[in-house]
Amino acid sequence: MSLILNIAWTHVRHRARQTLVAIAGVTTGVGFSIMMAAMMEGSQDDFIRTLVDALPHISVTDEMREPTRQPADIVYRAAEIHGLTPEARRPGIKNPMATIASLQSWVPGALTPSVQSKAVLRFAGRNLTISVVGIDPRTEADVSNLATHMRQGTLASLYRASNAILLGDRLAGKIGARVNSNITLASAKGAIMSATVVGTFHSGFRMTDETTGYVLLKTAQILEMQTGIVNEIRVRTRDPMEARLISERIGEQTGYKSISWQEAQEDLLSAITLRNVLMYTIVGAILLVASFGTYNIISTITHEKTRDIAILKSLGFRTQTIRSIFIIEAVLVGLVGAVLGWIFGYLLTRGLASLEFKTPFSDYNHLPVLYSMKHYLLATGVALVSSLVAGYFPARAAARLHPVDIIRGAT
Amino acid sequence: MSALIEARGVTKVLSGIVPVTLVQGINLTIMPREFIAITGPSGSGKSSLLYLLGLLDLPTTGDILIDGRSTTVMTEDERAEVRLSRIGFVFQFHFLLPEFSITENVALPMRALGKLTSRAATLRAEELLASFGLGDHRHKTPDQLSGGQRQRVAVARALANDPPVILADEPTGSLDTLATSQVFSILRDLVVLRGKTVVAVTHDLNLASQMHRRIHVVDGRLANDGVVTAAARTH
Repeated sequence: MSLILNIAWTHVRHRARQTLVAIAGVTTGVGFSIMMAAMMEGSQDDFIRTLVDALPHISVTDEMREPTRQPADIVYRAAEIHGLTPEARRPGIKNPMATIASLQSWVPGALTPSVQSKAVLRFAGRNLTISVVGIDPRTEADVSNLATHMRQGTLASLYRASNAILLGDRLAGKIGARVNSNITLASAKGAIMSATVVGTFHSGFRMTDETTGYVLLKTAQILEMQTGIVNEIRVRTRDPMEARLISERIGEQTGYKSISWQEAQEDLLSAITLRNVLMYTIVGAILLVASFGTYNIISTITHEKTRDIAILKSLGFRTQTIRSIFIIEAVLVGLVGAVLGWIFGYLLTRGLASLEFKTPFSDYNHLPVLYSMKHYLLATGVALVSSLVAGYFPARAAARLHPVDIIRGAT
Repeated sequence: MSALIEARGVTKVLSGIVPVTLVQGINLTIMPREFIAITGPSGSGKSSLLYLLGLLDLPTTGDILIDGRSTTVMTEDERAEVRLSRIGFVFQFHFLLPEFSITENVALPMRALGKLTSRAATLRAEELLASFGLGDHRHKTPDQLSGGQRQRVAVARALANDPPVILADEPTGSLDTLATSQVFSILRDLVVLRGKTVVAVTHDLNLASQMHRRIHVVDGRLANDGVVTAAARTH
């Protein structure tokens, strides 16, 4: 063992109680930091994964991103227009199949047309406003997880009856409808039709499960009272993180409003960023507090060891050597604390992941956690740097001691 | 024969609201194999002079030459290197590190110099301790030894790197008569048998009279620097 390490180890070993308290401080700091990071990033990843799975990665709707410009705006640099009613526009995406075919040539992923509609569902004397989504069962599985969310029936069940509908299981439960129940749908456009429940699904999102029904494209077009209408093209990209760029390009190409999942959930993603800033601030604060313990022990040791420092310097130990001794003591405390903190953090994370709870928003009843080496390395890095800083100042003070002052005092 | 240590017009003033002069205009030369006593009344500057000669302190003016080399132009690390390799210190209190065994204490300067491996340093430390009659105590810590034994360990540590000069500040000041006699014998043997130079600050005029040269300091000045006659030594 090198001389410096030997002296440092002897110092900390002979102050076992104080050293253990300092190590416990670092262990707690590192442990809780790892647990918090695992919890925060785990829930964030889980949230994003669920979001990405539940929603289309890109949604192209029949709205225009820019409002239609008036002829006067085109001709003149500045025009003031009063009392103008916008021209009535026929809803739906123009030539939807041609648009889809054009996009399919370059978009890395799958596309499907759909019709978004609102209707009042009537059954057993109850009236509920629901979202009716017209889909193509053959391509739906490529863009959403609806097929895997089916509780009763399959997507192909929509072909089983004319005007067939798949209901969210909570919606079905709320109105008491079962498979083969006949319900009535009344659209905002005035269309009224009888529909047969051919299956139920469970997405895990309460809002969706309570207020959504899926029908064939054709059925939704009847509800919208417009043959061939497609008012949404849904896209699932191979890499969800590429959605924003692809969405922008689709918008430029088609002129329609194209929204990626990131754009649709911008507020939530901003909140996640803010949450991360908060998390790392708290984690930093925890480790900073832990470093006070290290500072305390190293300060105590240097204070107690003033005479020994004078002896070592009088023997001919260099200033750098004296400083290194106390810095190594701090690093020893930090390192042992960090390694124990890994175990503590892992156990805390395991414990947290095993806790069960209920949330009104989804079915997930275990706290999602993320086991990442990054958290362990980050916490260790911060703990070591904190220990180093905490040890540096007492070490510097120790190295600056003038041996004669102490020797005179002792004699 | 060239001088081991040479003080040239050394003055040490402690700065402060009222500056205090510890040592003033000291000129002296220390040759190999000398056995020197520095005497003087309390507060006369004996220890201050010793610390200056041992490079533990820097003179305000003047220069200390070790082996003919000026030390005032040296960096702190260079002075530390000279202390480690050329000078051994023994203080009034043993100043051993309490957590380490006496063998480890003696091995410390050797390990710091880095010329010997840890194992070789330990072996040499054990040999040194055995030569001072402490072989059986080599695994003990300083608090397990008597005052005289501790001071013998301190002498062994001072000899660790085989320096030509041992500077001792009241080495027997805290010892009883028997231990004083033992430690003094060891210091004398260092000169007579091992060819070292020993410079010791002492209040004990009886001991001083048994040494070869006596430097008397009064009010920080050299009052007398003379050879102790053989008659005085025997007396």
